[in-house]
Amino acid sequence: MEKTNHMEYLPGMENIGSEIQNKIMEMTASFNSGDFTEEDVCRALEKDVCSPRDFMALLSPAGENFLEEMAVKAQKERTAHFGNSVYMFTPLYISNYCENGCVYCGFNCKNKIRRARLNEAEIRAEMENIAATGLTEILLLTGESRKYSDVEYIGNACKIASEYFKLVGLEIYPVNSEEYKYLHECGADFVTVFQETYNPDKYDVLHPVGSKRVFPYRVNTQERAVMGGMRGVGFGALLGLDDFRRDAFAAGYHAYLIQKKYPHAEIALSCPRLRPTKSDGNINPGDVDERRLLQIICAYRIFLPYSGITVSTRERAEFRDNAMKIAATKISAGVDVGIGGHSTSEDKGDGQFEISDPRNFDEIYRALSSKGLQPVMHDYIYV
Amino acid sequence: MKEDKLILGGHEFESRFILGSGKYSLELIKAACENAGAEIITLALRRANSGGAANILDYIPKGVTLLPNTSGARNADEAVRIARLSREAGCGDFVKIEVIRDSKYLLPDNAETIKATEILAAEGFVVLPYMYPDLNAARDLENAGAAAIMPLAAPIGTNKGLCTREFIRIIIEECSLPVIVDAGIGKPSQACEVMEMGAAAVMANTAIASARDIPAMAEAFGAAVKAGRTAYLAGLGAVRDVASASSPLTGFLG
Repeated sequence: MEKTNHMEYLPGMENIGSEIQNKIMEMTASFNSGDFTEEDVCRALEKDVCSPRDFMALLSPAGENFLEEMAVKAQKERTAHFGNSVYMFTPLYISNYCENGCVYCGFNCKNKIRRARLNEAEIRAEMENIAATGLTEILLLTGESRKYSDVEYIGNACKIASEYFKLVGLEIYPVNSEEYKYLHECGADFVTVFQETYNPDKYDVLHPVGSKRVFPYRVNTQERAVMGGMRGVGFGALLGLDDFRRDAFAAGYHAYLIQKKYPHAEIALSCPRLRPTKSDGNINPGDVDERRLLQIICAYRIFLPYSGITVSTRERAEFRDNAMKIAATKISAGVDVGIGGHSTSEDKGDGQFEISDPRNFDEIYRALSSKGLQPVMHDYIYV
Repeated sequence: MKEDKLILGGHEFESRFILGSGKYSLELIKAACENAGAEIITLALRRANSGGAANILDYIPKGVTLLPNTSGARNADEAVRIARLSREAGCGDFVKIEVIRDSKYLLPDNAETIKATEILAAEGFVVLPYMYPDLNAARDLENAGAAAIMPLAAPIGTNKGLCTREFIRIIIEECSLPVIVDAGIGKPSQACEVMEMGAAAVMANTAIASARDIPAMAEAFGAAVKAGRTAYLAGLGAVRDVASASSPLTGFLG
């Protein structure tokens, strides 16, 4: 079968004609990480407000020699903007059906995994159990299948979630701004979409089939979500798929541009690294080791001091807890990346990837408190 | 010295230091409040639970007046709704209006703040609006029924001190309402300075939350605010460009 052009919209996909994609592509293409010197890094660290060029310096190999200095500055910014607060939430996967063929993902439509979709009663049962832990924020996730998890199905899940939780976030397939408006009316308030890689050529190779293949529609997701009335949007590149420094830069710069264009929008960044999946145990983060991951997290905090930063269960407990202390602000707890595991002893659908931090809510709450951090259950009020 | 009380909407307070409750551990709120001698503590309603884990309301000392804020509101309508929810939740009639639609510098929207003040003051709230220090807006807030004006000294959370000094001075001079300087005050000495200028009170959060010893810094702020107020009431001596000898050369002229 002939591959479609990954840079062309498919019928039904809203084209908002945004200039942001070109700005990201141009700036990212100019980022040659080897060009930056230790002097550039020092200059960036001395500034009150970092420019995109300073952000590049912080992400460069030269920045690796200044990790401690970056951590100190990042922690100062974190304290000024968030004090010792850490926001807790849990993800709930409601469906793992997927029509995409992303070569690195456990949900790949060609993978022989157990597929499942929770019905209304099952969603309630999962949410009741999660809410009983004390969590008041939930992130709803689906595989990318309009057939098995259409917008109405997700909207209904948002309505149910609003009964149990104060904050409802979404990590679903990209939709049009009108559909975001509908989901917002159903109770969702925050949309996270990972671009995976901002390199269009690599994106082409990694996404051979499915609607996710359309690069520009995915890049403009956050803007459509804000246009649809969402309070905030999350960004991330799956570090390790391509040049991780460029991808980390592009995700941060993308967030910066959206905040500049929509000053009221809250922005957040995630820093996922590739993890082994059920279909491919050989996938590993490659060159993005923990020191480099921390370098990225600190660079994000310094460049965008007011943004939320999430560190996922892809990372081990000790790394997550320390990253929270230094620069990150949001942590998931009691995570099950499969389908149905919060209310039954076994998932009815397989997970997306392997996790490294299986701690439950109480364990993470205690660990954060013992580090002098204040767990916060929610920081927004629906009116 | 005659009795000197801070009066907000008919309520009297001995202390002129208002303590923030965000950005630090809930267990430290009581000690910070006591050490600072604070009688008013702010509270982000968006953080308050109706129960469950980490409920900030469980940590506020008894007898302290709650000053719920409307943080999270992006327009007057949202601020009004949050204030009403706050009253329904039993948090009292005080409300600090925060209307912010800039997620980077968190600068307040004066126009929307004035609208919300008018509505809430008419509903009997004791309205304390957080504002960018603009004299015209301050006058509008006064006319809208505010109980005090809360101009910012610097962008919130920055600890940069009195960046807006001259504009705050003008508001203190021109407005008849109490002026409570809020946001950006980074050191006790800056709190003292603004009180010497004639501010009615000071509010601080990040300066305390980012200190190594939170209760001790709260105490320092309480003392600085008191010192500044006393100095203001005592009347500061004039500042001269040239030295003024205690035995002047022309003293013989009588």
